Amino acid sequence: MDLSYGPEYEEFRQEVRSFIVNHRERAPRGAGQRDQVTLDWQKLLIENGYTARTIPREYGGFGAEPDILKSRIIAEEFASGKVSSGLGGQGISMLVPTLLEMGTDEQKDMFVRPTLYGEMVWCQGYSEPGAGSDLASLRTSAVLDGDEWVINGQKIWTSTAHIADWIFCLVRTEPDAPKHQGISFLLFRMDTPGIEIRPLVDMTGKANFNETFFTDVRVPKNQIVGERGQGWMVANSILGNERDSLGNPNATLSRLTSLIELMKTETISGERVIDNPVFRDRLMQIQGRVMAMRCNDLRVLSAKLNKSEARLARMIVKLQGTELRHDLEGLAIDAMGELGLAYGENPYLRDRGSWQAQYMFYLGLIIGGGTSQIQKNIISERGLGLPKEPKFDKGQLTTARS
Amino acid sequence: MEFGLSEEQILLQDSVNRYLDEASSLDQVRELCKNPGADVWAGLVDIGVPGILVSEANGGLGMSALDAAIVAEALGSHTAHAPFIGSAVMAPVALEAAGTNPDDVLGAMMAGEKRVGIAVGEAIAARRDAGIQSQGASLTGKALYVLDHGADAYLVADQNKALFLVERSDHGVSDQSLATIDETRRTGELILDGATGIKISDDPAVLQKSLDAGRVILAADTLGAAQNMLDQAVAYAKEREQFNRPIGSFQAVKHMCAEMAAELEPCRALVWFAAHALDELPAEATVSACHTKAHLAEVGKFVAKTATEVHGGMGFTDLLGLHYWFKRIGFNRQLLGAPELVREEAARVQGLIG
Repeated sequence: MDLSYGPEYEEFRQEVRSFIVNHRERAPRGAGQRDQVTLDWQKLLIENGYTARTIPREYGGFGAEPDILKSRIIAEEFASGKVSSGLGGQGISMLVPTLLEMGTDEQKDMFVRPTLYGEMVWCQGYSEPGAGSDLASLRTSAVLDGDEWVINGQKIWTSTAHIADWIFCLVRTEPDAPKHQGISFLLFRMDTPGIEIRPLVDMTGKANFNETFFTDVRVPKNQIVGERGQGWMVANSILGNERDSLGNPNATLSRLTSLIELMKTETISGERVIDNPVFRDRLMQIQGRVMAMRCNDLRVLSAKLNKSEARLARMIVKLQGTELRHDLEGLAIDAMGELGLAYGENPYLRDRGSWQAQYMFYLGLIIGGGTSQIQKNIISERGLGLPKEPKFDKGQLTTARS
Repeated sequence: MEFGLSEEQILLQDSVNRYLDEASSLDQVRELCKNPGADVWAGLVDIGVPGILVSEANGGLGMSALDAAIVAEALGSHTAHAPFIGSAVMAPVALEAAGTNPDDVLGAMMAGEKRVGIAVGEAIAARRDAGIQSQGASLTGKALYVLDHGADAYLVADQNKALFLVERSDHGVSDQSLATIDETRRTGELILDGATGIKISDDPAVLQKSLDAGRVILAADTLGAAQNMLDQAVAYAKEREQFNRPIGSFQAVKHMCAEMAAELEPCRALVWFAAHALDELPAEATVSACHTKAHLAEVGKFVAKTATEVHGGMGFTDLLGLHYWFKRIGFNRQLLGAPELVREEAARVQGLIG
């Protein structure tokens, strides 16, 4: 057991810290905007190797050798310094790594740099109304007509569709093939004629997502990643990346700190909430769970460094992390009682309404990115080796024995 | 940066497991339960287990609390009969922390010639009619649920959290074994009537250190026991067929197994961290020991129940013997502070109680 990163890394940490101290006034205030301040900040971070760190220079990245601890230190320092760690979004986190692995040289040249610099915004077209957990049953079709794909169908949960320049989209190109082998991975512009976007208001009262409709959308034939029918494989190489980022225990720890503050500040009949033994015990239960998930995270990090396996430890993070976060936010609401119901324009709102908003948002994350039930299937089948359920696929019952 | 077991620790784990596979199979556990006093300690003494937490200056191995936790996990996994928590953990930790070794009790423990039971429960949370009072070196009162009952001596805490070593042969000592659900552990009451104790320390920090170690060790024992129950449940779910399918292919059963794994897997890292903190992170040691004790108690309880349910009616029988693990986990939950008590202590240590 050795929890220190070592002198070389502590030196690197100091570099990151002094960069943040010296440049923090140039950082954008709000998250998720694409104004000039945000784009300039992104450029500065790339040039200094604090984002797009390991992406080759020829495609607009910083070109550093992968170093898990340095990436970790950057994330830790930007989080504790409370400055933006650069642009995120599905283009940067999902499409760029996919193109680097599966794209042609031409696609890498055309898409990676502008995506990294925030000049090209993407949305993801995977889920459909009839294809959620069973994503591979998706039905949006693409039919080749001369040099163009003609796309018809509907996508859902396309979060940034209303601001996106491009979409990366899964479509069915081989209707007669088995469902996993009939899918292709296409890239196309969101201003192509035939695309309609409708905002999808969720329980938080905001439209965090959209529905996107395609009617005879014509896309050049060469805007495909991988071969025809390989789209499932292409998409799966990045779904793992998405799950890794959900349920991060370090973000949960900073919410726990805020929760403790809240429980010390709020009072019931003159008594601090934290001095009520029932609430305090619930807080301590959450703290124990957070501690367990942080230790689990260190174990996963260490296993990555040593190129060893902590497969199950990694596999349970999304399930446990999102449920824990939802419970944590829920305790804050209970601690506030009636005040915890305040939402929107209410003068008694605490912490700008973040507890209610996050409580609901994390229920969304329990469901999104592979529901908790799908996570349990993955853990039991791939982690514990339990047999798959018999499946009906094209009317045929496949056997349960594996 | 290395968060995990070293090669030496994996070797230690293997050698303890190999011995216990031989000496503490379920059939052997059943036999040992029929013979009060019988256990597998001699073999563990041969491997050097009682010397793990004894300093080299005192002739021990000077190893880490994480090494001790690894052994505890193996003991829990095998529901082994052994006076480990007293004679290899809580007594050595207290004696080392106090910097005292009267009559080379450490040497005698390492040689397997002497066992020291633990009677500190009353200093944490005394139940009705229990409590130990000291006057000078004279001790009077009753300690309930003494760990490793029937030992040659007891480590006793008084009303002020001072620690004494009391020989069982002292004229003022009488003890009586008490039956509990967990037949793999020896417990009982200790009645002191003007018994003479050797004072080990009157610094409550010494008791706290011993207690922190004991709690992490009980948590590690639960980790081993719960992992074993999960493994048994998964194996059974793959094998047992109903409706012409292995029951493990039904999502209802599959999800029970996944939930157990998802709860238990982070516990492993938590136990490692808490054990590491005992040696290396003194400021965090008590809080992490309390949380680890409480969290493993909760997860252990869930796994014990769920793994039994996966086995259906057979899980409820004595035939399968799952109840040995179930009861072991139940025992670990209550001893040295039930979850509510240790969580309250974690809050107090962090200054969260106004």
